[in-house]
Amino acid sequence: MEKIKQKLIEKLKENYGMSIESVVEFQGTLTITVAKEKIKEICTFLRGDFDLYFDMCKDVIGVDYQRADFRFELVYNLYSIKNNFRFLLKTKLQETDLNIPSVVDIWPGANWPEREVYDFFGIIFDGHPDLRRIYMPEDFEYFPLRKEFPLMGIPGSIPLPRK
Amino acid sequence: MNTKSKILQALENQDVSVYFDDPLENDMILNMGPQHPATHGVLRLLIRLNGETILGTVPEVGYLHRGYEKLAENMTYHEYIPHTDRLDYLSPLANNVAYVLAVEKLAGIKVPRRAQFIRVIIAEMARIMSHLVAMGSTAMDVGALTVLLWGFREREKLQDIQDVFTGVRFTTSFTRIGGLAQDMSDEAIAMLKNFLDQFPEKIKDVEGLLFKNRIFIQRCEGVGVISKHDAIAMGLTGPNLRASGVAHDLRRDEPYLIYDEFDFDIPTYDDGDAIARFYIRMEEMKQSVKIIRQALEKIPKGPVNAALPKKVLPSKERIYGKMEELIHDFMLINFGINPPVGEVYQAIENSKGELGFYISSLGEGAPWRLKIHSPSFINIQALPVLLKGHLISDVVAIIGSIDPVMGEADK
Repeated sequence: MEKIKQKLIEKLKENYGMSIESVVEFQGTLTITVAKEKIKEICTFLRGDFDLYFDMCKDVIGVDYQRADFRFELVYNLYSIKNNFRFLLKTKLQETDLNIPSVVDIWPGANWPEREVYDFFGIIFDGHPDLRRIYMPEDFEYFPLRKEFPLMGIPGSIPLPRK
Repeated sequence: MNTKSKILQALENQDVSVYFDDPLENDMILNMGPQHPATHGVLRLLIRLNGETILGTVPEVGYLHRGYEKLAENMTYHEYIPHTDRLDYLSPLANNVAYVLAVEKLAGIKVPRRAQFIRVIIAEMARIMSHLVAMGSTAMDVGALTVLLWGFREREKLQDIQDVFTGVRFTTSFTRIGGLAQDMSDEAIAMLKNFLDQFPEKIKDVEGLLFKNRIFIQRCEGVGVISKHDAIAMGLTGPNLRASGVAHDLRRDEPYLIYDEFDFDIPTYDDGDAIARFYIRMEEMKQSVKIIRQALEKIPKGPVNAALPKKVLPSKERIYGKMEELIHDFMLINFGINPPVGEVYQAIENSKGELGFYISSLGEGAPWRLKIHSPSFINIQALPVLLKGHLISDVVAIIGSIDPVMGEADK
């Protein structure tokens, strides 16, 4: 476990040293933050590298931090069956630029998680094959997991069907 | 202006590689669910058909959506425990365990050994309870109603044990951050031992009824096949992944609680079809019995709650008698446990697959963000792959075999 962790950090630093913003380990969960521009390239590398071989993208998680320097974070929960190792790959998004390349062509299983993030946060995944809302109605105008969306909902946000 | 709804457009845009010569060229769109009895709750499938052959499918979820992730951001960590019951309502005990493990990891709480043993026991009980329903409903969907009744008969016995154990039959909310709501009584242990003694016989009955039954086998064998490669790519977990030949089980791969102290097997099948997924669940129930037996033998005496007054709720008797405990209880209930700043991910091997909680904390009483990685959501995602090229009558067998629970798929 320790060995593969060292190898992962080393390989990432060697290939994408400039793009790595932080490497944090908290309560046994390893989190690596990378620059948004390189996210697709790094994902392709992690999937394709024979030693690391992260063949499962278990989840894509959106977080709204409402901070001045960045608004959203995307967290990729990556798992390698071969190495039996998991870590969280993170990237930051500004509110003014909500587009990010989709990773569905690398991991088809990221399809629904990405739709979920789009539905809840309004982050747009470029190149996603089927970017539709997944939980909310098609004509819903808001993004309910953003922090400014009230817990009780916006009255009248889901209109009654026309007769 | 295009008047077609987006879901219909998505279905028509889907890449279809199975072609059949049809002189009439009459592809038909069939809506299955959300009220169809075989769609396990509120799953809706839009199916594009050529005759009786499925060309493409678009699954649609969201009819049940209750906004559990938004709710979590607005309540303390303790308050959220009852909501975890409502996720996978067929195995609430295991969901309770998964959630508190994530919070404990975040806050760095270590739970006493006896509590860990009891958590293993209840998680495995939950697995059996869930698999019994999965087994019964799959069999019912393909025509064997008896197995559903047998499954529920056994589940009923377990629910009686759960009643003695936790005080409720359905939504348990049994775990607490740092321990459990209460200790296991001797009566519950005796009942559980009785159940374990007679249960393997009952599994044999089911096997005797189904495994030489031509109708059952022919409706499930070779149906809904997913290869090892596809199963990994689609992110399948749990029995559905193991039925495709991948021996991935978090109880062994990322041991939590004390699973590394028990001796059990991880059954796998290579076929990846509906019957393999059925076999896997039968085998897993036997393994769960094995684990519970070992846990009951080895279970030590001692407390079931960690002695951390700032993080773990004190017992009611102490609150009534001591000022300190009353203050701690007040602080915990009103302001929460305030774990450190950071983010964690903790998953357990639930009956449906990997159930994980991602928590991002800013040091406040409530999580800043709580994301539930629910196995049914991901498993349903693979339905288009499983259904393609099969007949319309196979749909019920395939949906049943992946065992979706819409409570956690829709969250």
